[in-house]
Amino acid sequence: MFYRETGQFKSSYKADQAIFPLSQDRWFILFLIIIAFLVIPLTASEYLLQAVMIPLLIFSLASIGLNLLVGYAGQLSLGTGGFMAVGAYMTYKLTTAFPEINIIIVFILAGLISACVGLLFGIPSLRIKGFYLAVATLASQFFLVWMFNKVAWFYNYNSSGTITAPPRELFGITVTGPTATAETRYIVVLAIVCVFALIAKNLVRGRLGRSWMAVRDMDIAAEIIGIRPFQTKLIAFSISSFYCGLAGALMVFLWLGSAETEAFSINESFYVLFMIIIGGLGSILGSFLGATFIVCVPILLTNAPQLFGLSMPIDLQKHIEIMLFGFLIVFFLIVEPHGLARLWQIAKEKLRLWPFPY
Amino acid sequence: MNETAAPSNEETNKNGSSDLEKNTTFETLLEVHNISLSFGGVHALDEVSFDIRKGEIRAIIGPNGAGKSSMLNVINGFYHPQKGSITYKGNERKKMSPQVAASQGIARTFQNIALFRGMTTLDNIMTGRNLKMKKGIFWQMLHWGPARNEEIHHREIAEHVIDFLEIEPIRKTPVGRLPYGLQKRVELGRALAAQPDLLLLDEPMAGMNVEEKEDMCRFIIDVNEEFGTTIALIEHDMGVVMDLSDRVVVLNYGKKIADGTPDFVRADQGVVDAYLGVSEK
Ligand SMILES: Nc1ncnc2c1ncn2[C@@H]1O[C@H](COP(=O)(O)OP(=O)(O)OP(=O)(O)O)[C@@H](O)[C@H]1O
Ligand SMILES: [Mg+2]
Repeated sequence: MFYRETGQFKSSYKADQAIFPLSQDRWFILFLIIIAFLVIPLTASEYLLQAVMIPLLIFSLASIGLNLLVGYAGQLSLGTGGFMAVGAYMTYKLTTAFPEINIIIVFILAGLISACVGLLFGIPSLRIKGFYLAVATLASQFFLVWMFNKVAWFYNYNSSGTITAPPRELFGITVTGPTATAETRYIVVLAIVCVFALIAKNLVRGRLGRSWMAVRDMDIAAEIIGIRPFQTKLIAFSISSFYCGLAGALMVFLWLGSAETEAFSINESFYVLFMIIIGGLGSILGSFLGATFIVCVPILLTNAPQLFGLSMPIDLQKHIEIMLFGFLIVFFLIVEPHGLARLWQIAKEKLRLWPFPY
Repeated sequence: MNETAAPSNEETNKNGSSDLEKNTTFETLLEVHNISLSFGGVHALDEVSFDIRKGEIRAIIGPNGAGKSSMLNVINGFYHPQKGSITYKGNERKKMSPQVAASQGIARTFQNIALFRGMTTLDNIMTGRNLKMKKGIFWQMLHWGPARNEEIHHREIAEHVIDFLEIEPIRKTPVGRLPYGLQKRVELGRALAAQPDLLLLDEPMAGMNVEEKEDMCRFIIDVNEEFGTTIALIEHDMGVVMDLSDRVVVLNYGKKIADGTPDFVRADQGVVDAYLGVSEK
């Protein structure tokens, strides 16, 4: 009854093109942002930040990146983990070589390098389609991880082969390294994710986004309106790699603190792919929903039995988790390719009619 | 329709390279010359020549498999003919790429609808504006200032097309969910949004009911008259062709068998035979 367009006539195309055309949606998002920036850091426990909020945001960023490529441009990629590794290792190399450069700038630079690597792999891969493209991106995944493992220069020849986040400051506050608090790391991740989610949203609602979707839906028809499919896909590939690289950098420097190549294995690629399938292909909101879902379900499975005074063996938990994800992926792929985001939209449409559903 | 062309059939030879209309007041927009195209052993087009004048509605007709769609594909750069040349706006070339054709003002629709099914009507029509949008990727990321003004400017043009085609209610509907007739209309909208100089329509009315056909005819005539857009269209419905077109090219087995005004073509014995299935040779 309170959630509807009635009385909200859009008098200009500008208003109609806003991200959230309904004022209720705008208030809701403002409310969420206030909670995320103020309430959560002030009230949440270290555990909640470290185990839920930070990974959720970082995986949302990676999901957005993959969704631009798979959901919007229609090109399947299994190389997410590899590009996340590029971002992480490049951040490490840059910040150890030039400690004086602002860490945010280092993250962006690492993302840009990742975008270039994406371009490099994209040029040969994007000439092929579908299944073969997936195989080519899989090859890039294995190659990149192998390279970071084998070439000691990437981890500064240290004996353990891990990269560790050194302490770096932002406005006089330590944001990376062992002394950085979970609250500061959370705030930095949140700010970065908000900015890049907004940029992604802007891209997909503009000319580039329409070109991506055009190529996805029918590349022949895209050509006759003057779109060059190869270039368009290549741009998607490299922007997607930027997002994944940035997510990889945040993962090591603002979440885990240190990592080996293990952290960027093929599992990671599938993990992010599951997020966008469950969350919704071709939706920025869906990227957040999918990441939230996949990050939270294992935590719920771990904690829920204890709440009821039961105990569940770890391996059983793992199996339930895998079965649940497997089931949901099949369900969403067959029944609702637009995932949780679509279910959310349907719920909103219902709400719009409530309480008079006719 | 074409008042200046005297239908003096006797003067025109059978292949219809109509000497009767050598009237220089017409400006030729496109000329195809001796186009031959084959796929393996199949000769889809065999030495076909004709021209399209600025501002006219030119129909291409012929039985199934005559090479009509292939001809449009050659004109907009999808197929590259083995022989012949195309002169468009005074520039002669052997082949075009679809992108070049689009950037020079050729837009088209397909026999089998080629819309972007996952996108809304509005977004589909906005893609027709793509080539005209110039703001770079960094402006698009911001979606602010010049980028937003550009988006709004093109949105206005897209809305104009939507008004024109009377499809306001389905603006935000994904086209995959629309009925066939409306999809055809949206596809026309996408082509119109590009504000083309030459509009190629491949069977715009196929599979439509009478009412939808009448609407479509009205749109085609209005586009031609209001915007002065030159139109080449393929159509099987003879009544429609006779009503709409200024001049007609008839293809059969990849060869041009007649060319002229609708009345002239209808009276042509070769055309009658081709349509009645009397085999040539
Ligand atoms: N891409 C292609 N590959 C092979 N053969 C083709 C191709 N395109 C067209 N042809 C052949 O060329 C001939 C002409 O086809 P075209 O589609 O141009 O006919 P049409 O006049 O449009 O027929 P219709 O009225 O059925 O649409 C046909 O024999 C067809 O099989
Ligand atoms: Mg055809």
